[in-house]
Amino acid sequence: MNLSQALLNQNRLALTRLLTQVENNTKQGREALNELFPHTGKAHLIGITGAPGTGKSTLVNQLALYYRKEHDYRVAILAVDPSSPFTGGAVLGDRVRMRDLSGDQNIFIRSMASRGSLGGLAQSTSAMVQLFDAANYDVILVETVGAGQAEVDIAKLAHTTLVVEAPGLGDDIQAIKAGILEIADVLVINKADRPGVENTERALKGMLELAHPARRVFQHHGQNMVVEAEEKDEEQENIWIPEVKRIIAKDGDGIAELGEAIARHVDFLRESDEWSRQTRTQLQTTLDALLREKLFNRFLDKLSPQVYAKTLSQIIKREESPWSAVERLLR
Amino acid sequence: MSEGNIRVLVAKPGLDGHDRGAKVVARALRDAGMEVIYTGLRQTPEMIAEAALQEDVDIIGISILSGAHMALVPRILELTKANGQEDVKLFLGGIIPDDDIDELQKMGVSGVYGPGSSTEDIVADIRKIIKRA
Repeated sequence: MNLSQALLNQNRLALTRLLTQVENNTKQGREALNELFPHTGKAHLIGITGAPGTGKSTLVNQLALYYRKEHDYRVAILAVDPSSPFTGGAVLGDRVRMRDLSGDQNIFIRSMASRGSLGGLAQSTSAMVQLFDAANYDVILVETVGAGQAEVDIAKLAHTTLVVEAPGLGDDIQAIKAGILEIADVLVINKADRPGVENTERALKGMLELAHPARRVFQHHGQNMVVEAEEKDEEQENIWIPEVKRIIAKDGDGIAELGEAIARHVDFLRESDEWSRQTRTQLQTTLDALLREKLFNRFLDKLSPQVYAKTLSQIIKREESPWSAVERLLR
Repeated sequence: MSEGNIRVLVAKPGLDGHDRGAKVVARALRDAGMEVIYTGLRQTPEMIAEAALQEDVDIIGISILSGAHMALVPRILELTKANGQEDVKLFLGGIIPDDDIDELQKMGVSGVYGPGSSTEDIVADIRKIIKRA
């Protein structure tokens, strides 16, 4: 069986086998990605991030139900949980909150371990998303590791990023720190039946008003500082002001309104040309990461292990600095 | 088949809410470096087979305390085969009478672990069957 062809025909066995190959970065996995790449670029990627216990999995469950029921979309879910830094093992428990989704052939849930990667995603998450995209899933929900303040990789991968908060997690100083809140396209306040929800909402909205909108767009999409000059001159229409939505995910309250906010964001992306700019940034990130990895490996292949070991021991003895060692090795 | 961590689905079919054993095993397998997909309570054979497919696991661990193992196990194996996962293995924990063990093994169950089993044995057995990591 040609797995790539079977995947394009929506064969779930082929999809699951290739997900494993890509996750393990095998030759077969890389070849499949080459074959399938022309078939990607259609799906809407939604990232869901936030602190542990804010209800990300429960929200993903509800969003998947919403997209099935209201839009008849095919939904893929990629849920990332942390690996143990000591043993490499992991317990992936996101499915526990997604049992409502069982038995629907048009929903595919895959759990993955972060395998030592920081930033809330695993190394191969973006490549696995490509497989779902090629397999014709309309919406791909990527749930990150319960993230703290700096795990912002998801914003580079997803078209729409949801940051999930819950009442009582932090004061208003947390809200004005840089990092995870700044990547939100929609800020979701889950557990809105809990006390303190007004304070949380006020703090988040205050944070959004403080942020200089034009600068925000620049930070979100311009990792490489490629910001077209004319964009700065344009008026408000090219700027997305993040929406704040209250939900109670366990009961499904507010999910339809959240779905509409996500749809407004997609409309904004398409009308303002942000969609293609995002795609460009995503592909550039991928290209740069692969180049970096390949060049590093190629260099190591040529370097004799003795030279490497000797350099390292010199650095450890503080006889040579890492900076000058790199200059010397690359000369 | 030498790359990647061993992936294990740990599931608890049936209506009782006693998943302590399943959680202890899940944690022991994690500590042995495996990736454990934990599905929670009250799983039907259909849900277990579907999760095994989507997660592309190497082996499924089932905890059964209700005495329904002679009905549930063949059904799960039948469904995983129908999904094309002929190579996926299955092990069993919980309350299983000795008299049933022979027949379960003939169905293809790779191991049966009752009360008092050591998690080290379970880990060692899984490594032997899957032959990697």
